[in-house]
This record gives sequence, C-alpha cells and structure tokens, in this order.
Amino acid sequence: MKTITRSFSVLSIISSFVGNANSTHLINGRRMYLSYRKMSTKLKPKVFVTRRVPEDGINLLRQKCEVTQWDRDEAIPRHEILNGVKGVDGLFCLLTDKIDEEVLSTAGENLRVVGTMSVGYDHVDLSACRKRGIPVGYTPDVLTSATAELTMALLLTVSRRIQEGVTAVKDGSWGTWAPLWLCGQGLEGATVGVVGLGRIGFAVAQRLKPFGVSKILYTGQSEKASSAQLPAEYVTFDKLLNDSDFVIGCCALNSKTTGLFNADTFKKMKKNAIFINTSRGGLVNQDDLYTALKNGDILAAGLDVTSPEPLPTSHPLLTLENCVVLPHIGSATLKARNAMSELCARNIVAALYGEPIPCQVK
Amino acid sequence: MSTRPRIYLTQKIPEECEGWRLLRESCDVKVYDEIETGHMIVPRDQLLRDVRGVDALYLALPVQVDAELLDAAGPQLKVIATKSVGLNHIDLAECARRNIPVGYTPDVLTDAVAEATIALTLATARRHKEGIQAVHGGQWGKTWESSLYLCGKDICNSVVGIVGLGRIGLGVAKRLRAFGISRLLYCGRASKPHAAEVNGEYVSFDELLKMSDFVIACCSITPENHHLFNADAFGKMKKSAIFINASRGILVDQDALYVALASGQIFAAGLDVTTPEPLPPDHRLLTLPNCTVHPHLGSATVTARHAMADLSARNALAGLRGEPLPAPVPLI
Repeated sequence: MKTITRSFSVLSIISSFVGNANSTHLINGRRMYLSYRKMSTKLKPKVFVTRRVPEDGINLLRQKCEVTQWDRDEAIPRHEILNGVKGVDGLFCLLTDKIDEEVLSTAGENLRVVGTMSVGYDHVDLSACRKRGIPVGYTPDVLTSATAELTMALLLTVSRRIQEGVTAVKDGSWGTWAPLWLCGQGLEGATVGVVGLGRIGFAVAQRLKPFGVSKILYTGQSEKASSAQLPAEYVTFDKLLNDSDFVIGCCALNSKTTGLFNADTFKKMKKNAIFINTSRGGLVNQDDLYTALKNGDILAAGLDVTSPEPLPTSHPLLTLENCVVLPHIGSATLKARNAMSELCARNIVAALYGEPIPCQVK
Repeated sequence: MSTRPRIYLTQKIPEECEGWRLLRESCDVKVYDEIETGHMIVPRDQLLRDVRGVDALYLALPVQVDAELLDAAGPQLKVIATKSVGLNHIDLAECARRNIPVGYTPDVLTDAVAEATIALTLATARRHKEGIQAVHGGQWGKTWESSLYLCGKDICNSVVGIVGLGRIGLGVAKRLRAFGISRLLYCGRASKPHAAEVNGEYVSFDELLKMSDFVIACCSITPENHHLFNADAFGKMKKSAIFINASRGILVDQDALYVALASGQIFAAGLDVTTPEPLPPDHRLLTLPNCTVHPHLGSATVTARHAMADLSARNALAGLRGEPLPAPVPLI
C-alpha cells in the first residue's frame, strides 16, 4: 500500500504540471487529494453488493473498494444481478441470490471472491466457484447465538401452543375454559434429538439443558468432540427419530440432506413428537409434513424456513393449528445482522488484497 | 343422612386425575358446571349459595375468598384448597382468624411456569406475533424483505432483571443463564441465599429498571405492589428494554403500559397475565405490534395441571381429616 501511495504522489505531481491550468503550486494539498482519489479509484477493486445491507459492512468495503450496490430492500431481480456483476472483482450476496455458472461467467475474469452474508451456502454453486479458483466467504459464528435463540423461541412457541393462545386472545375464544385447555408439552423429562450438531445445533442443545431434558441425542456424518460438553449421545438417524420427543433440524442443506424429512421419516417419529426446522426449507418434503400433521403421525411442527420463501398464503401448512411458520428470522437481530454484514465485507476485502480470508467455505 | 364430608369444587377436575378419584372416594362432591351456566367463573351470587354448609372448598379458578364467602359457607368449613401458587384472591388474614388452613400448589407448577415465561420472553424478543401475522397475511415479501426485517433483541450478552427471585424467578434465571446473559439482577424485600446458584446480584427496584435489557416480573402479589409497574417505572427503563409479566395482572398499570409501548419508551412487552382475564379482544393493548398477550398459559402442561389437581385434592382431604396439609400456605 505504501508503494502505491508514493506512486500516487509522483503521478499527481506530474499530472498537476500537465493537466491543470489553475494550479500554481506543485504541492497543493487539495489538488493532490483530488488526484489521489482519481488515481486510487482506478486501482481500487470493484465490489457489487446485491442488497441494502447494514452499514458496518458497506463502510468497511468503501474504505478499500469501489462499491456498486442494489440499494433496495427487495431481493435483486435476475437481470439486475447479471448486469451488476459485469467486470467486478468481488461479489457480496445474500442467500436469496442464486450464484451459479451464469452469474460467474457473466461477471467475467476479474471476479476473485464471492462473499455471502449467511452461514448457509446452498445458493452458491461451489464447484463452479472452485473451477474458477474463486474462494467463497461466509458468516459462521457471528449469527450462532441469534439463530439458536430463535430455534429455542420457535420450539417453545410450538410446544406451549403460543400460536393458538395468541389467536384465542385476539378472537375472544379465551374464556371457554377447560382444565386442560391449551396444555402443551413440557421439556421437563423429554428426549431431544438434534439433527446436525454443528455450531447452531450445539448452541441449541446447550440452551435446552436447564429445561430439565432427560437426554440429548444427535445424528450426523460423524461424532463430534463437542458433544461431550453437553453431554449428547451419537445415534443413527432412525434411533433419533424413534426415541425423541423433540426433533430439531440444524444440519446444512446438501445433496444428502435434501428431502431428509419425508413421509417415512415422520412415520418413524413418535406420535407426540414435535418437529422444528431452522435449517433450510429443502430439508423437508412439505406435502408429507402436511399429511403427517393432519393425520397425527406427529404432534406439531415449527418452521423458520420453507420452500419457497415466502410461503404462499394459500399453502395448506398454514391452515393447521399445530404448524407454526415464521418468516425466516433466524439471524434477525441487529447485532447479528451487523456482524454478518461486517464479516462478509472482511472476507471479501481480505480475498481482494491477498490476505487470509477470515471465514472461507472449505 | 350422609356423614361424608362435603366438598365444593369451583371447576371440574380431569377424570383421569388421581385427585378426582381420591375426592370421590371419601367425599360428597359438588362441582360447579360452567357449561350449564355458560360462565367460566361461577357467578358470585351462585357461589355464595353453593358453598353453604360445605366442609371443604376447592378453588380451581381464582374466585375471591373473603369474609362474605366464609360467612356464607358457615363455621363448619374446615379447609380451603386453591389450585394455584398465586394467593391474591384469598384473604389469608381472615382465614387465619377463623383457623381455616389454606393449601396451595407451589413447586409442582414451577417448571411449567418458568418454561412458559421463557416462551413468552423469547416470543416477545423475536417478534413472533408480527412474524406469524406476516406469514399468514402475505406481508412476508421476497424473503429478507430488508436485511433488518423483523429484527428482534438478543438475549445473549444482555442484562436480565428478575423482579422477585422466588421459585419461579429462580427457574427463569436458571434457564436464561444458558443463553449467555451477561448479568442476572434481582430485587425484592430481601436478598435470597439461592441467588448464588444463578450469580444473582441483589439491587434496588430502581437500579434493576435502569440497568436491565429484560425486566421479568415473577413476584407474588402483596398490598404494596399493586401497580408496581406504572408510568414512573416504565420511565426509568431503557428504551430498548423488554418487559415481561408472569406474576399477576394487578402488578401493572395497563394504561401506563399502553402509553409506554405506543410512545417507544420501552421496546416491547409480553404479558401472560392481565386485568381482567380474559382480556377483552378489543383492548387497546392488543392493537400494539410490540405487545404480546398470552391467555395465562403459565401452568398449562398436562403434567403440571394433573399435579396441581392431585396436590389440591390431598390438601383438601388432609384438612378434612384435621391433619397437616401437604402444602399449606405459610401463616403470615
């Protein structure tokens, strides 16, 4: 950076001789500043940001990069993203943006990094990026507690029948009392099964402990050393389904986990079981879930993620009292979103300046 | 003529409960039938008639127990069993004067209520009411409408203040600690030895209001704390704070709460208890997006309700036999 600055100074002195009739001084601070800025804009890498995002990230980007942005709250339409990525060095995207072959090739040769403001990266074609030598940055850790809290919130809203309660308050049916009216399932003494004991799954399990759960089970590709801290027992998927009173989907979405929760799965679960998904909508076959809930194969379900998002208001799942759907607010706290924006920017800037990327998808 | 003691229940007990079997075994049981009259709570004039001559009174809903009711029942009344841990509906001094022991249901509902309080806290902090409405109403736009859409409050690293660190308050504190809160403050008449279990810091009510991100009321009701949460109290809270009431509706001046929420003086509120219950559906608190009201679900799990019913039955039966109650209300 120091070399570049010195070059700026030399070049600006030359340009002041050549270019500017108004100049009377070689070292005119203001003119040098303008020249510096003109020079540096040409050398700063270009980054396209696909949405209006918290300022922490944008400010960081602007220090080191030239930023163009789809500065709106709505998701960027396809033709706009294809337009915006042309010739950029870096791409700052959200989980609503499909980053595929078409986007990457439209961007062109200069594209050196893709940073997503999320911990999920199922919307990014990793092999297409690898092929082009493009690293992908993501935002683990900074959203873990917010997402774990939301998972707990959703679980309790389902288990304690909060949705029905709030409705009863609003429509005046609160009052037709019966001793067991709106009684829910307590966590006390329950067996909880976490599907995917990653960062978020582990954080959820930690928060469940003081609720008096009797056992925590988990399943996944392999055992996790962290499970000893809980403790949690590593079991097969089938055993988890068979034994658990609460089944929580916390695993990443990939080719192995797409449609993991289907008719078969729900049949293996207990009839009093509650299913919570805060991972990705693609984990669940929603038609099968609807049938399972309607038939009483499982007790209730809570989804923070659906297919598609948003879920159409006419979707049958929304007619069920024992199904709660939230509009994908897992990481929705100011702290988490600011941190995600900032980390995404840091990933991108690091890649563009040849430094180690803080959080890169392996 | 029957020599079995007579017991009056203000609400029926689920048939599968052990308590129901025990009562039927040894007493003449009369139960208020809310389906017949259409009123959830037995009307006062009917109650005064129904309790005449009973030996035991089993309250499944908080009807007012005062001198008038005790007079109506008669001097033969031996015991009152309330299916609750809250006691603000009972004139305990009057019962003590007449040597009528009162049984209640602490402990067996602690887990259920603490859990429901956390459920309310989380649903309020993460704006579930608005979220569910947005999903059903179609306001949920092209997912992540904005990157700050429906952003709520983190519990992690927050300061939690519990007003009344009794059994339920302690249960709430224990559960919240796993969320990585930075400090657990509490206030009350005196410091509590069990506060050490949750690293609780004993502070004044004012200090708690000023410093807390979450203010959670779990205290029992006394004549001194009616409308404890008034305009003054809300004025002392942080603008970003969330207020949760799991105690009794009378703790809160609901008009002052409305103003505090509508003006942004505090961030949001969650109430499991209101004045009255049920709250009328057109109550203005229900028009506020940042006010969540649950229909008093605190002890609403089958386990807790069965345990409460059984314990109340055993309290009543012990009182009828002249034996110490399993769970007597401590004498003032």
